[in-house]
Amino acid sequence: MSDTTTLPRPRRALPSMTVIGPVLALVLLVIIGTALNPNFLAWANVTNVLARSAFIGIIAVGMTFVITAGGLDLSVGSMAAFIAGLMILVMNAALPALGVGVPLVLLGMATALVAGLAAGFLNGILITRLGIEAFIVTLGSMGIYRSLVTWLADGGTLSLDFTLRSFYQPVYYGGILGVSWPIIVFAVTVVLGEIAMRRMVFGRHCAAIGSNDQVARYSSVNVGRVRLMTYVLLGLLVGVATIMYVPRLGSASASTGLLWELEAIAAVIIGGTVLKGGFGRVWGTVIGVLILSLIGNILNLTDLVSPYLNGAIQGAIIILAVILQREGKAGA
Amino acid sequence: MSAPALALAGVSRSFGPVEVLHGVDIALRPGRVHALIGENGAGKSTTMKILAGYLAPSRGELRVAGTPARFASVREAEAAGIVLIHQEFNLAEQLTVEQNLFLGREIRRGWLLDKPAMRARARALLDRLSCAAGVDRVVSSLSNSDKQMLEIAKALAREARVLIMDEPTAVLTRAETDILLTQVRALRAAGTAVLFTSHKLDEVREIADDLTIMRDGAVVWQGEAAGMSEHDMAEAMVGREVSGLYPAKPPAPGGAPVLEVEGLDVPGHAEGVSFGLRAGEILGVAGLIGSGRTETFEGLCGLRPARGRIRLDGREVRVRSPAEAKALGLGYLTEDRKTRGLLLTKSLRENLTLTALERFARLTIDTAAEERALDTAIAEFDIRAGARDGPVGNLSGGNQQKLLLARTLLPEPRIVVIDEPTRGIDIGTRQQIYRFIRELAASGRSIVVISSEMQEVIGLADRVLVMCRGRVAGTLEGADITEAQIVRLAMGLGAPAPAAEEPA
Ligand SMILES: Nc1ncnc2c1ncn2[C@@H]1O[C@H](COP(=O)(O)OP(=O)(O)OP(=O)(O)O)[C@@H](O)[C@H]1O
Ligand SMILES: [Mg+2]
Repeated sequence: MSDTTTLPRPRRALPSMTVIGPVLALVLLVIIGTALNPNFLAWANVTNVLARSAFIGIIAVGMTFVITAGGLDLSVGSMAAFIAGLMILVMNAALPALGVGVPLVLLGMATALVAGLAAGFLNGILITRLGIEAFIVTLGSMGIYRSLVTWLADGGTLSLDFTLRSFYQPVYYGGILGVSWPIIVFAVTVVLGEIAMRRMVFGRHCAAIGSNDQVARYSSVNVGRVRLMTYVLLGLLVGVATIMYVPRLGSASASTGLLWELEAIAAVIIGGTVLKGGFGRVWGTVIGVLILSLIGNILNLTDLVSPYLNGAIQGAIIILAVILQREGKAGA
Repeated sequence: MSAPALALAGVSRSFGPVEVLHGVDIALRPGRVHALIGENGAGKSTTMKILAGYLAPSRGELRVAGTPARFASVREAEAAGIVLIHQEFNLAEQLTVEQNLFLGREIRRGWLLDKPAMRARARALLDRLSCAAGVDRVVSSLSNSDKQMLEIAKALAREARVLIMDEPTAVLTRAETDILLTQVRALRAAGTAVLFTSHKLDEVREIADDLTIMRDGAVVWQGEAAGMSEHDMAEAMVGREVSGLYPAKPPAPGGAPVLEVEGLDVPGHAEGVSFGLRAGEILGVAGLIGSGRTETFEGLCGLRPARGRIRLDGREVRVRSPAEAKALGLGYLTEDRKTRGLLLTKSLRENLTLTALERFARLTIDTAAEERALDTAIAEFDIRAGARDGPVGNLSGGNQQKLLLARTLLPEPRIVVIDEPTRGIDIGTRQQIYRFIRELAASGRSIVVISSEMQEVIGLADRVLVMCRGRVAGTLEGADITEAQIVRLAMGLGAPAPAAEEPA
């Protein structure tokens, strides 16, 4: 009953805490980082942090759409592992026929994208056509993919053929003008995602569905298709992230992509997207991703706090972010 | 006259920079029914919320039994015996009727809930309101009128000394309204102070002892209701002469039907519905609540599973989803504006363009064009929004309805189904909306108006389809469109009969 009194207040000139909160937190982290270690802002460290954030970041952009439309996807981490395993198997198998070269790498990339699309489509179809809760469906597929990759690797590790790995490696380590490919792809994904969310019909429809799917349906929005598209998009982006990830280590195992889903969801929420759906912010997600990886980075660069406490600090930040979101919404 | 149980003295209220109430005085006396009327956005709901402790006044004083008071919370107000029934439902949709009735004041035996006692009491309260809904039904499955009865039962259970009702009859049929009015009389006799608002002035005439009329946030008339006719009230509300509520009907349009429906079945709600609709025609749909009116047309518009033959311009079509309906030029305006109509947390602009969004987008959405569309809609439908970029939930109920109408018409549908076009809309605006619907028809569109208000159907429609228990009971045309005929068909009887309840 009491929340009836907290009617949304009219706009003020100052942006609310939900907007500046994450930005302030990021700035604060950068200041702390620089104060603790002068190398923090060095080019090498910055690009390293960004490149490592790219996988989660690309996935989190897709997750932003899923959550904005009122959904959730817990399967992305194990989906990434499965796609990585599949990609390695396909490339190794086609190696004798195609030989090391661009066609083989393209085949690997195509495999990842198709597998990502298919996996996302499967999740989406189960959720939208059969009407099963997203939480349940993706909890199920999370287990399935994790187990499949373990089975493919026979409990061990799937490794890319050595010569192939050195040929493929530049996709992670190379780049243009000193900016590596994962960073470039991440940046492009973010820009496109931001435009799609704020300026395109798709993003508007996602927000409408997330805030009230009945209203969306009565307004002739194709609710099922838009929802399905969010999962397909996320699957595709998991494929893209995997393409960037495989050349880094050249292998996949049962522990690949472990807990990525939680990190991606956390980044989305820290960035100001509403977990219940209805409002999403892609640039916020980027800030969320950066906050999470900077914490790890700072702990690694300094020995003030044990890096083993990384998870605890991230957890505290997530809870804090949600509290700030509430203040921004309810404070009068 | 008795001393006021609850009063406002010189109360103003602002939201941000906008002041919406200016120095309102009102006094509610025990044993009297006070009606508060005014145009949409005049500040009725805001006044009521201040009276019931939901909002604090920005200036002025709230007095309980003559002494200045300030409620820190709604609980405090309720403890003082003041209960408000909101304009929009305030029910926990996933809980049962009984759980809702006793939410926050559950009857306990020791540590445990006393289920049998609560169920028995719930049943008794609902019976008092002649409401047949089962106490174990989940609220989301109830009809709007049952939900309203449940809200009223909740207030009865709280044994209010001051009962404030914001448009309680907006979703009720005439028969249900009568039951409610009987209850109000009983409460009045028991010494309760009652404040209510309604856009149906005949009800106000019927039951009010005292009357307050507001316009643009200020009281423009106050006194005993006895001397005021409906016409006087309307004039004081709107501030101008109101006559000719319904536009003149042009000669009935001829020509081949644009839409032909044959044997439409909506499983569980309607069976074998057939009718035709011509260009330029307004088809009224009447029937009791529960007669399957809404469901039939939701089925037609792809919002529910339905079978049957639908022909548009003689060509057979299938409508399996609202998106397909839109593509065929079929528009539907829901009667349930809060849960199906509007995104309450989103802006006017986003709500307005939701259905017709492709029109504003090539690759990206042209927000400037959206803003222009909003300008047009605000002008055309006289939407009064305090802050244009605030959430739609802040608009007064009637202004939300106008926005909804604007949204439905934005994709320029050829056939428009409007379910309860003027629910919660003031008399001046109602006149505008009727004129608007008539103009739409005159421009060659076909309109279906589903309405529980007999007068609306009679005044507006060229032809009336009357439904009874999920079937078409008959069609009336021209001079045959009378209250007696509609009632007769709606009841499924051969002779005019008093309205009775249709089993839910
Ligand atoms: N929380 C709010 N924030 C900003 N403006 C508000 C808020 N609540 C109400 N208003 C504005 O105050 C004015 C009065 O609204 P109110 O709901 O009291 O009207 P009303 O008389 O009940 O109208 P209706 O008959 O349509 O229900 C409107 O212009 C409305 O937009
Ligand atoms: Mg109101």
